[in-house]
Amino acid sequence: MKKLLLVLSILFVFATLVAFIPAPPAAPQTVIALAPAAQATATPAPTATPVAGGRLALVKNRGKVICGVNDALPGFSALDKTTGQFSGFDADYCRAVAAAVLGDATKVEFRPLNTGQRGPALQTGEVDLLIRNTTWTSSRDTAWGLFAPTTFFDGQGIMLKKSIGAKTLKDLKGATICVQSGTTTELNLTDQMRAAGVDFKPVVFADIDPTYAAYEQGRCDAVTSDKSQLASRRAVMKTPAEHEIMDVTLSKEPLGPAVPLGDDQWFNVVKWTVYATFQAEESKITAKNVDEMVKSTDPVIQRLLGDEALAKGLGLDKDWVVKVLKAVGNYGEIYDRNLGPNTPLNIPRGLNKQWTDGGILYAPPYR
Amino acid sequence: MTTNVESVAPPRTSVGVLGWLRKNLFSTWYNSLLTLFAGWVIYSVVSQLLAWTFTAAKWQVIAANLRLFMVGPYPPDQVWRPWLVLAMTAVLLGMSAGVWGGTLRTFALWLAATFATLLVIALIVEGWERQLAIFSGKGNWWQAIPAATWLLLNLLLVIVGYFGTRGRKAWGRTVILAWLVSFALTIVLLQGFQKNDLVPEVSTSRWGGLLLTFMLAAVSIVVSFPLGVLLALGRRSQMPAIKWFCVLYIEVVRGVPLVTILYMTQIMLPLFLPGEFRLDNVLRAIAGMTFFTAAYMAENVRGGLQAIPTGQAEAAHALGLNDFLVTLLIVLPQALRLVIPTTVGLFISLFKDTTLATIVALLELLGVGRSVLAQPEFLGLQTEVYVFVAAIFFVFSYAMSYASYQIENALGVGKR
Repeated sequence: MKKLLLVLSILFVFATLVAFIPAPPAAPQTVIALAPAAQATATPAPTATPVAGGRLALVKNRGKVICGVNDALPGFSALDKTTGQFSGFDADYCRAVAAAVLGDATKVEFRPLNTGQRGPALQTGEVDLLIRNTTWTSSRDTAWGLFAPTTFFDGQGIMLKKSIGAKTLKDLKGATICVQSGTTTELNLTDQMRAAGVDFKPVVFADIDPTYAAYEQGRCDAVTSDKSQLASRRAVMKTPAEHEIMDVTLSKEPLGPAVPLGDDQWFNVVKWTVYATFQAEESKITAKNVDEMVKSTDPVIQRLLGDEALAKGLGLDKDWVVKVLKAVGNYGEIYDRNLGPNTPLNIPRGLNKQWTDGGILYAPPYR
Repeated sequence: MTTNVESVAPPRTSVGVLGWLRKNLFSTWYNSLLTLFAGWVIYSVVSQLLAWTFTAAKWQVIAANLRLFMVGPYPPDQVWRPWLVLAMTAVLLGMSAGVWGGTLRTFALWLAATFATLLVIALIVEGWERQLAIFSGKGNWWQAIPAATWLLLNLLLVIVGYFGTRGRKAWGRTVILAWLVSFALTIVLLQGFQKNDLVPEVSTSRWGGLLLTFMLAAVSIVVSFPLGVLLALGRRSQMPAIKWFCVLYIEVVRGVPLVTILYMTQIMLPLFLPGEFRLDNVLRAIAGMTFFTAAYMAENVRGGLQAIPTGQAEAAHALGLNDFLVTLLIVLPQALRLVIPTTVGLFISLFKDTTLATIVALLELLGVGRSVLAQPEFLGLQTEVYVFVAAIFFVFSYAMSYASYQIENALGVGKR
């Protein structure tokens, strides 16, 4: 009796173990380091298992777009108190893609991700697209997924008191500047100021909160960090109106959507959804006037808003751009709603203007 | 001969409040000094705190986001489902209080008092008219039931449950069964069904706030308890395969921090799963926490098992019980009774550990707090949000530890 039990128990344990062993993956798996920086440089990442029929078909079948976002970034994505869903600049681009593919901007499943999770989530194809203030870099483009056009050109900026009235780096001669130590921010500042031949006094802090506290107490003339962060910090200062963010950029931080590697069709859909919002702003099509614009005789607008062949090439409905614009509006509308002058953040458009206005938003022709 | 000693009242300074003050706070010059100093410190801290709480703090951030804190991204038109779950809990707690009395009655009383307080607040905020509007009965009227009506219903359910079953011991079994059924029903109700208009599916990715915190803790507790008992028994088993499997499991899991396990479930697990097989990240977090807690639970239970003298089992065997019955009827009940304090301690820490899910970007109570702080109109209100979150955690953790103390008393742990 005892022996029988022993044999049975051994069998049971084996069965359990076998049941838990995952099926051997088709391609040799590589270990993924948790730190995205470390991983991005060396390991060839495991690519997402190609989805039969392509991701576009998958998303249409599933009936919703799974979109990786930040769980808490002011202006870009945060829970909305009335809808209970994520809202913000990044979240709106998730909606735009859902409107383009499914015709319904509400069909998005938001997947909040932290900095460590976002890379693997994209690599494994857990999310259909990642829009989580992720800087487009060469290593991420090859290891994580393909980056669609940049939706927000962030960059290191400088905030100072309006009374100083500096317009260029040269005006900052002899100024004291608060900066967080050990970051690329500090390095960029030194590099750029040296290149401009301007002397300045850095005041270095180990942590981010003391940096801004010192600036607000007047220990420095200026403070430097990413522009979007400067803007959200300014919004909570005692007198936000007294501070301004200079129109200079010290580093390149292009933030945009990315899709899993190896699916050109899906990549095109996301890419052209972003471009459609650019082009709509350039052609002055808004959520409000889109219905009249459909009747426009301008060939550029005609092609954008209802060209059967072009839409078919993307695998989308003829009026997909109309749906996108009705749901979230053009680029300018998305920007103003979440980051613009009527929001507490009030981030200047800077580089994020149309190329016709001196910015670098430039949609290739839709034809 | 007797002398009449006139009874004289003691000096006013040695009795009453003054006497107490003199004896305890101002007995010597340095004690007086310390008293004054401590009094000054307490006064300045408390007055600052009160001043902040009632004048400086911007509690609008909590008021405006209350639904988010409670249920997170759960669809607003489906919030009646969590309310219904709360109503179910209310009536069951009322019934339990009626059947068993004692501590449960205290809990039911507190719950009723909480409902009553919130009801008054909700009525002030919402007004009477909105409560009456539901009687128009148009469309899906249950989706629009205001908070005050729900609170009133819950209050009534606690009272009805209590008076309906008071003193009826025979109902005990039914109530226990109802609790178990309600647990399953809760999950089904919150989850809903695909292609069902009445209770449409709400995937776990849209569970959040206190609701998610509770579900994380409740499922982990309920599932890890039997798992832990099995592991503990397995570790003491005579059969080497089972024994070593349990030892391996317990030691490996206990040797790894919970954060690591959560990261594993969130980042590594999808790599092993085949192509389109997606396991929701909330489910993954629940599974991670359950397996983690089970290992600790097992060691707690094993401690209890070891404390039972072998004579107990031998006597039971002598009475003709088999191994299974000896464990089930003699050893386990005594062992589990012994480990109540440590087990409740484990559950309290598990309840608080659910906040670690924030690190993997799940929107439980603390995660919602983080996200609320990123709303552009409420930037920089960290103190208010974190104080609120901490208060909620304190209330529930304290309630659990109070309950554990009362259960210990009732079972006579440490007295028998």
